[in-house]
Amino acid sequence: MQKTTSTLQIPPFNVREIREEFPALRQQVYGKNLIYFDNGATSQKPQMVLDAINHYYSKENANIHRGVHYLSQRATTEYEAARTRIQKRLNAKSSNEIIFTKGATDGINLVASSFGNMLQQGDEIIISTMEHHSNIVPWQMLCERKGLVLRVIPINFKGEILQDEYDKLLSKKTKLVAITHISNTLGTVNPIKEMIAKAHSVGAKFLVDGAQSIQHLLIDVRDLNCDFFVFSSHKVFGPTGIGVLYGKEDLLDQMPPYQGGGDMIAKVTFERTTYNELPYKFEAGTPHIAGGICLGKAFEYIESIDFKAVEAHERALAEYASQVLETFEGLTIIGDAKNKTSVVSFSVKDLHPFDIGTLLDKQGIAVRTGHHCTQPLMDFYKIPGTVRASFAFYNTIQEIDQFVIALERSLNMLK
Amino acid sequence: METSNDIDKIQEEIISEFEMFDDWMEKYEYLIELGKDLPIISEELKTEDRLIEGCQSRVWLNSELINGKMDYRADSDAIITKGIIGLLIRVMNNQTPEVIISNELLFIKAIGLQEHLSPTRSNGLLGMVKRMKLEAIKSLNIK
Repeated sequence: MQKTTSTLQIPPFNVREIREEFPALRQQVYGKNLIYFDNGATSQKPQMVLDAINHYYSKENANIHRGVHYLSQRATTEYEAARTRIQKRLNAKSSNEIIFTKGATDGINLVASSFGNMLQQGDEIIISTMEHHSNIVPWQMLCERKGLVLRVIPINFKGEILQDEYDKLLSKKTKLVAITHISNTLGTVNPIKEMIAKAHSVGAKFLVDGAQSIQHLLIDVRDLNCDFFVFSSHKVFGPTGIGVLYGKEDLLDQMPPYQGGGDMIAKVTFERTTYNELPYKFEAGTPHIAGGICLGKAFEYIESIDFKAVEAHERALAEYASQVLETFEGLTIIGDAKNKTSVVSFSVKDLHPFDIGTLLDKQGIAVRTGHHCTQPLMDFYKIPGTVRASFAFYNTIQEIDQFVIALERSLNMLK
Repeated sequence: METSNDIDKIQEEIISEFEMFDDWMEKYEYLIELGKDLPIISEELKTEDRLIEGCQSRVWLNSELINGKMDYRADSDAIITKGIIGLLIRVMNNQTPEVIISNELLFIKAIGLQEHLSPTRSNGLLGMVKRMKLEAIKSLNIK
């Protein structure tokens, strides 16, 4: 169990400066400096997002899209400005393509319900073995409701989607392919651009689950040419309870509304209701206004950071952690894809992940243990769960070194 | 009355044992030792109806009424969960159903392990304590 000296070169990236922006990182738990390695579950928030939350409720709070008064106008302007900022960051064609949702799960459910309504019995939907429950269960529910068939692309032991198998599953019957951009459990970066092109070649639409990629990679929805892209705000340094569904405008136009209520209508009579235009057709009721505005702030924050450097830094963190962990006896890294980032998942022979996670917690280290809402993937590896360290750009090599010391102590206690 | 005093006394004993520890890691070291010492329940008792499924770890509980007192045997796939089971069994075993139903297990909070019995922890322990009480109620009805 000796630490190896890494040969990796860590690219220049001012992590110290970035950490200054995140007050949650500057605290002690159980008398130890907090090391936060649970970024796959949620990210911490920079000061400017925290300030924006306070500012919104102190100075701007009003309902949007309906008030004639000053505050309502201002809240509406800010909310729509956030939408435009997100549209530009994603390189979407129009802000009509940016639908505010409750999060990635809500976005997938919206597509499953609304796009799903346009599908016919016998149509097929394709997902992969490494999907999060959020990208499995809504499709299962839809398949049951409409008599559709759900197909699952197998993966290899490294945690890579088998592209040959994907080719075999694609057919004229395929109407939608829904795949995670980055696996929350394995860190695998899937070749979605190629997969999208293949789906289009049989006339199928493609949904990208971007819950784990939006905070690590620069996303260009037009370059990817995806039909839908979903993500959650809280994983990309914004507040909880809000997220985004990107959809191609002509497709969203064809789709029926998801939920009924205020804001999504053009005119209501008891005989007939006509619906509002995009994006409001899909935003029934008073939305999470503060959430939308502050997600805009989070995007303003990430715009100030060089994402090429972020990518290199996070890959280096994951590679360094993997190199060191591999030297532990009985420890197996789960997921060894060629293209992998920001996540290291592992299991230790004869030890339960829950025990390891509990002891790390008491040493000030936050990791996730369990099945990570990917039970079918755990079944594939025949393990009950893993210990997962997931990194963000504010994590450091020094933190990994401390994590390794704490892990060594934990394993010695448990053996 | 005698048994009720007993259950309080055992809890006080555990609390004073835990007062000796200086930090969290020592507490957990002790829990792990307890977990390792706890007799494993036999495989044939690890049935679906005895399983309490947590999101993180799993617990099996076997309850019997022997001479008017509850006899609990339990096991878990996680060693820390098992250590806490050891403490719960030490307190609850060999008590009358009436005592078990009315007891509040105050020692858990006193030794700082309440997080393990919170719904968010999802290690099966909360479900196990509920099941222990339910089994006590059931055996009262049988009596």
